[in-house]
Amino acid sequence: MEYFDTVIVVLQSTVRLSVPLILTALAGLYAERSGVVDIGLEGKLLAAAFAGASAAAVLGNAWLGAAVAVMASMALAAVHGYASITQRGDQIVSGTALNFIAAGATVILGQAWFRQGGRTPALIGDARFGTWELPFADAVKDVPILGGIYSNLLSGHYLLTYIAFIMVPVSWWILFRTRFGLRLRAVGENPGAVDTAGISVVRLRYSAVLIGGILCGLAGAYLSIAMNAGFVKGMSAGKGFIALAALVFAKWKPRNILFACLLFGFLDALSIRMQGVALPLVGKVPVQVYQALPYVLTVILLAGFIGKAIPPKASGRPYVKER
Amino acid sequence: MSDIAIELKGIDKSFGPVHANKNINLKVRKGSIHGIIGENGAGKSTLMSILYGFYQADRGEIFVDGKKITIRDPNAAIAAGIGMVHQHFMLVENFTVLENVMLGAEGAAVLNRGIVNARAELKRLEEEYEMEVNPDAIIEELPVGLQQRVEILKAFYRKADILILDEPTGVLTPAEADHLFRILAQLRDEGKTVILITHKLREIMAITDEVSVMRRGEMVASRKTSETNVEELAELMVGRRVLLNVEKGVALPKEVRLSVKDLTVKDSRGVTMVENVSFEVRAGEIVGIAGVAGNGQSELLEAIAGMRSAVQGEVMLNGKSTDVTGPGDPADLRARKLGHVSEDRHHTGLVLQFEEAENAILGYHGSPEYLRGGLYNMNAIREAATVEIEKYDIRPPNPRLKTANFSGGNQQKIVLAREMERDPDVLIIGQPTRGVDVGAIEFIHKRIIEMRDQGKAVLLVSVELDEIRSLSDRILVMFDGRIVGERTPDTSESEIGLLMAGIEGKMEAAE
Repeated sequence: MEYFDTVIVVLQSTVRLSVPLILTALAGLYAERSGVVDIGLEGKLLAAAFAGASAAAVLGNAWLGAAVAVMASMALAAVHGYASITQRGDQIVSGTALNFIAAGATVILGQAWFRQGGRTPALIGDARFGTWELPFADAVKDVPILGGIYSNLLSGHYLLTYIAFIMVPVSWWILFRTRFGLRLRAVGENPGAVDTAGISVVRLRYSAVLIGGILCGLAGAYLSIAMNAGFVKGMSAGKGFIALAALVFAKWKPRNILFACLLFGFLDALSIRMQGVALPLVGKVPVQVYQALPYVLTVILLAGFIGKAIPPKASGRPYVKER
Repeated sequence: MSDIAIELKGIDKSFGPVHANKNINLKVRKGSIHGIIGENGAGKSTLMSILYGFYQADRGEIFVDGKKITIRDPNAAIAAGIGMVHQHFMLVENFTVLENVMLGAEGAAVLNRGIVNARAELKRLEEEYEMEVNPDAIIEELPVGLQQRVEILKAFYRKADILILDEPTGVLTPAEADHLFRILAQLRDEGKTVILITHKLREIMAITDEVSVMRRGEMVASRKTSETNVEELAELMVGRRVLLNVEKGVALPKEVRLSVKDLTVKDSRGVTMVENVSFEVRAGEIVGIAGVAGNGQSELLEAIAGMRSAVQGEVMLNGKSTDVTGPGDPADLRARKLGHVSEDRHHTGLVLQFEEAENAILGYHGSPEYLRGGLYNMNAIREAATVEIEKYDIRPPNPRLKTANFSGGNQQKIVLAREMERDPDVLIIGQPTRGVDVGAIEFIHKRIIEMRDQGKAVLLVSVELDEIRSLSDRILVMFDGRIVGERTPDTSESEIGLLMAGIEGKMEAAE
C-alpha cells in the first residue's frame, strides 16, 4: 500500500506540474499551426503569472486575477502579432524580445508596486483559487485502488487543471473539425492558397496568436494564483521553453502534446521526489540531471527515435504576396 | 446581359519604378477561349492578378458581364464568377484534394456536413467535366497534371464562369497539355469563358478563338486567331525597336576559350530546362543566345557560371574541364578567369545594402591588394573603386554610397566594371541592359565590343533580339531548352523570331 501511495503522490504532482505545460504548448500549437513561430511563450507565461497575482492581490479575487493574466498575455501576443504579421518582422527576434521584456518588467513593476523584492503579496482566501472535490470523493476514498485513484488523483484539482485537460480534445476538434481549424492549418502550410481563396491571411494569423495569448494567460494564472500563492520572480522557470520542446516533440499534434507534457511533468515530479534519494548503484543523482531530462529527451528522441518532426511549411515566414 | 464577359479599360499599374501595365484595354467574349500572349515580363500575369484582385490597379475600370465592378480582393473576383489557376499552384500540399477544394468555401463553421456536401458536389463536377480525381488523395502525392486539375475543380466549386489559366502548360508533359486543352475546349462548348496566358505561340494557335498580344506592359494588338498567323504574332510579341547602332569591326575569332558539350540542366522542380546543349565560344568573338525568356537561357548561364549543377555534360574553360555537374564553385571559376555578369543583378550580382566600393570587389574580395595585415584596407578598396567609377562613368561618383541608392543603369555598370576590369578570358553576360536607361545602353554595348576586340570570348544572353543582333558575331537560338539553330547577325528578325517561337519547319527545310 505504501508503494501505491507513493505512485499516487508522484502521479498527482505529475498532473499538477503538467498543467502549465499543456496550456502553454497548446498556445504554441495555435500560433505555429498558423505559421507564426512563438518563442515568446515563456515571456507571456511569466507576464501573465505576474499580472494575475498582482491583480488578485489588489482586487482580492482570483477570477479577476485570472482575467487580468489573460489580458496581459494577450497584449504581449498582440505585440508579437504586430511585429511578425503586420510588420513582417523576424518572429524569433520578436519572441525573444518579449521574453526579455517580461523577465525585466515583472521584477521592476513588482518591486515598484509591492516592495517585496519582486514578489507579490501572498494570496489568501478568495484571492487564490481553491481546489475542486469531485462528487463522492470523500465517500469512496477508502475503496482500495480505485478509491485512491478517484479521490486523490482525479479529484481535488483546480478548475484550471480540468480546463487544461479538456482543452486538448477541444483544440483537436477546433483544428481538425472546424472551418476555422482548416483555414488555420492551411495558412501555416501555404498562405498563398488561403489568400487566393479569398480569406485574410492577416486576420487568421492574428486570431491564432491571440488564442495562444489566452491559453498562455490561463497557464500564467495557474502558476501564480492556483499552484502557488503569489508571484515569485522568474517563476515560469523555463516552462515556456519546455512547452515549446513538447510541441516539437509532439509533432504539432494535440494528443501527442498531452502525452509529451505529461511525460515532462512526470520527469519534473520525479526530480522533486528524488531529491536527496540515493539510487542503487549510482548513489545520489544531482537534481539538475532530472531537470535537464526533458531537454535531453527531446534532443535524443528527435534525433531519430520518433522520426522527423516536420513543422508547418510556412512557419516562421512572413507572408508577402509574390509578383 | 452582354456578350462580353470581361472588359478592361485603361488599366495601369506600376511597382515602384517598374511600369508593369500601361493603359491596357481588353475585351473577352463570353464562351470563348481568349489567349494572352507575350514574353515573360510583358505584364500578362500582373494584368490577370489585377483581374483576380491580387493587386489593385492604379487606374482603370473593370467590367464583368457589362457591369462595372471593383475587385478589391480575390473574394470579390470569386463573387464575380472569376476563377484562376495560378502558375505556381495555390494548393496546401499535405491536405487532401477535398480539403483543398473546400478551403474558403466550407459552408458552415463546423466541417462535418460541409465535407459531405463538398464530396457530393466535387463528384458531380468531376463527372460533368470528365476530370476524375480521388478526393481523398494527398496533394503532394499527385502528379502535377492532377494537381492542376484540382486547381480547376477548385475554381468551378466556387461557381466560376470565367477561368483564367496562367502559363498552365509550363509544368505539364505534352500529353498532359493535350488533355488540358481538350478540357478547355469542352469548357468553352459548355459556355464558360477561358483566358489562357502563355508565351507559347503553338498553344495560341491550337486552342484559342481570339488572341491579344502584350509587349513591355502594353497591349499591342488583338486578333481573331483564325485571321492571324504565327509569323505576325511572333513579330508583334518580340516587337521592333529602333536599332541602337553599334559600331563594330569584323570579328577575328581565335582559339576556343569556352566549350559546352551535351549540357543538360534541370530546375528546382525537376523540369528539364536545358537539354543536350553544345557550343563553343572563341577568343575575340561574341556569341549571342537569343530566345523568348524562360526557354532555358537562365539555367544555361547559371550552370556555366557554377551557380547551378547540371545533370550531365561537360564545360571546358581554356581547355580544362570545370566541375559542371558538381556543386559548383564560382570562386574557382573566377580564379580561372571567367567573368560573370549575372542576369539578375539584385539577387546574384550585388549586395544592395553594401557600399559601392564593397560591391566593386565582391567575388574578388580575397585578392591581396585589398588586404592589410588580414584586414580589409578600405582606402585601397575605395581607391580601386574610384578608378572604375571614372572609367565607367558611374554616377554619383561616390564609392561610399549605398549601392541601393544608385539607379539601375549605374548598378549594372558597377557589376560590368567589376567583371570586365579583372581581365577575364571568358566573359558571360546575362541581360546586359535590362532595366537600364538608353544612355547607359550605348555605353554598355561599346564596352562589350571592346572586350571582344581585346580578344576575350564573350557569351551573351539577352531577351532583346535587337541587342543580340547588333552585338553578336554568331547567334544561337534557344527554344524549349535546346539550341534550335545558328544564324549570322544579318539574318532577318522575322526568321530568328520564328526560330525563337519554336517554328523551325519551313526555314530549316529551305536550307
